[in-house]
Parts: sequence; C-alpha cells; structure tokens
Amino acid sequence: MTLERTITTQSQSPGSDPEISKLVAGGNSETEAFVRKNAGWMLAAARRMLRDEARAEDCVQEAFSNIFKNLESYRGGSSLRSWMHRIVVNQALMSLRARKRLNETPIDDLLPLFDENDCRVEDRWTTLETPESLMQKSQTRETVLSLIDELPESYRVVLLLRDIEEMPTSDVAEMLGLSESNVKVRLHRARSALKKLLEPLLRGQSL
Amino acid sequence: MMSSPKKLMRRMHGMMFKLPLMITCNEFESFILAYLEDDLPAKQKFVFEMHLKICRECREYLKAYRTSLSLAKSALGGDHVEPPGGVPDDLIRAILEGRKS
Repeated sequence: MTLERTITTQSQSPGSDPEISKLVAGGNSETEAFVRKNAGWMLAAARRMLRDEARAEDCVQEAFSNIFKNLESYRGGSSLRSWMHRIVVNQALMSLRARKRLNETPIDDLLPLFDENDCRVEDRWTTLETPESLMQKSQTRETVLSLIDELPESYRVVLLLRDIEEMPTSDVAEMLGLSESNVKVRLHRARSALKKLLEPLLRGQSL
Repeated sequence: MMSSPKKLMRRMHGMMFKLPLMITCNEFESFILAYLEDDLPAKQKFVFEMHLKICRECREYLKAYRTSLSLAKSALGGDHVEPPGGVPDDLIRAILEGRKS
C-alpha cells in the first residue's frame, strides 16, 4: 500500500490572500506569527497519528518546510488550513511508513460475530456508559488512546483520518492509495473493532 | 452453551429475517456505514430501520458502536484541540531557522 501521495495543489486563479502574500515575501514577524498561529493544531494532529512526541515535532517541522517551499504554488481552492492539514497528515503517514508500523495485522478477532442463521451474537447490554460520564474519570483518556493503538495500523490510520481528522473519503483514498469503497470498508471494520476494544469501558467494567 | 429455547428463538429470527423486506443481521452490518452517512436509498433505509426495530442485538450493537465512536472522538479531540502545554519554543525556533536557511 502506498501511503503518501504528492500534495496536489488546486489549479484555480492565484490566491490573493494577504497572509500568503506576506509569507511569500518572507517577512520575519509575519512568518513567526504564522508559525505560532498554526503549530499548535498541527502538532496535535501529528501527535494523534504518531503517538510519539519527538516524531510528532519532527513531522511538524518537516510539514512547515514543505509548506514554505510550496506556498508560491498554493493557488487557493481549498482553504489554507485544509491544505496545511493535508501536508502535516501526509508527513505523518511518511513517518509511520518509515517506522514500518503499517503492518497488516488481522482484524478478524475484533469483528462482530454471527451465528449459522446469520443472526448477530451480542451479549446483552445492561449498562452502556456515556462518553461524558467516562471522560470525567481521569484515566479514561489514556485508556482509550492505548486501546485505539491496538487497532491494526492500516485500520487505525483510516479511522483517524476519517473520524478524527474529518478528511473526506476521497482525500483519504488518494492519500492511502486505496479505492473509496475500500476506505469505507476499512472505516466500518475499524469502528466495529474499536467498539469491541472499548466494550469493557462502555459496560462499566474495569479493564 | 446456548439453551434450546434461545437457540430456537434465534433460528426463528433467522427465518423471519429472510422474509421479503427483511434483512439478516449480517446484511444489516454491511449497511451500517451508509446508513450513518445517510447514503442509503429509501427502500434500503426502510428495511434497515425495520430490522433495527425488531432486532434487539443489532439495536444494542449499533448504539454501542456509535457510543464508542463518540468516546474516541472525545478522547482524541478534533483538530481544534491544541496540545496541552502549548508548542515547545525550541520547535518554533527550529521551524523559523528552517525558513531562513
């Protein structure tokens, strides 16, 4: 699976965004303000993808380098933020690939079960905790993050890109070199597996 | 081990789900994503919702599926969430140095 794709730029009329014009001109104070305004959310996205502080910071640094290199060819079309978002996510995918974390591990054990009648096998849900009540407990966030890490990597990435980074299916398909229908299948399986992994928490059982 | 009455009930369910305008739980599973994205044609949406009304297992499953997704979103936050502690100053400096070189 090819994980990164060349960043595509929109071929509309040249952007007239004053923020971009100043950046292209290369003023120091404008550049610093631009970096300070955007580094936070970019670092948050890199951390979600990489789960490693040092790699996330390297990823953001590389992403800014790409952004500066490509600013002149940025033509608008998509918003500047979504263009930058795509760049940082692409950079994180490259970092994941370099770490060879994108191994295809089986997801089958985490998928729903059906009996010989094609009926679902599902234990009765006598308790279903709400995300709000769970998030009030101090350990929940870390527990959820470590359970998400248990998803097979190629499914975790699709879940993150679609459901957390909220990128369109078509973009995710392009970035991962998959068909849109394959992205949808992976997304549903990833969500099903996530439900299985989070089940003890949702049932109010300790892990 | 599943008790006999329960087994019989499941077999009856399985037969019922094969009637016209019905879908099996397995078919229901394959429609979930499109249903949640409001991407199902009207007829499929109707049979999906019909199944949801009569199948306790799928109803509870779908509720837990949606709740687990909300929980993951709450834990990870969207891209609006800034990292706790802000961005390290040395990272900002390194980015700005990279711009100059």
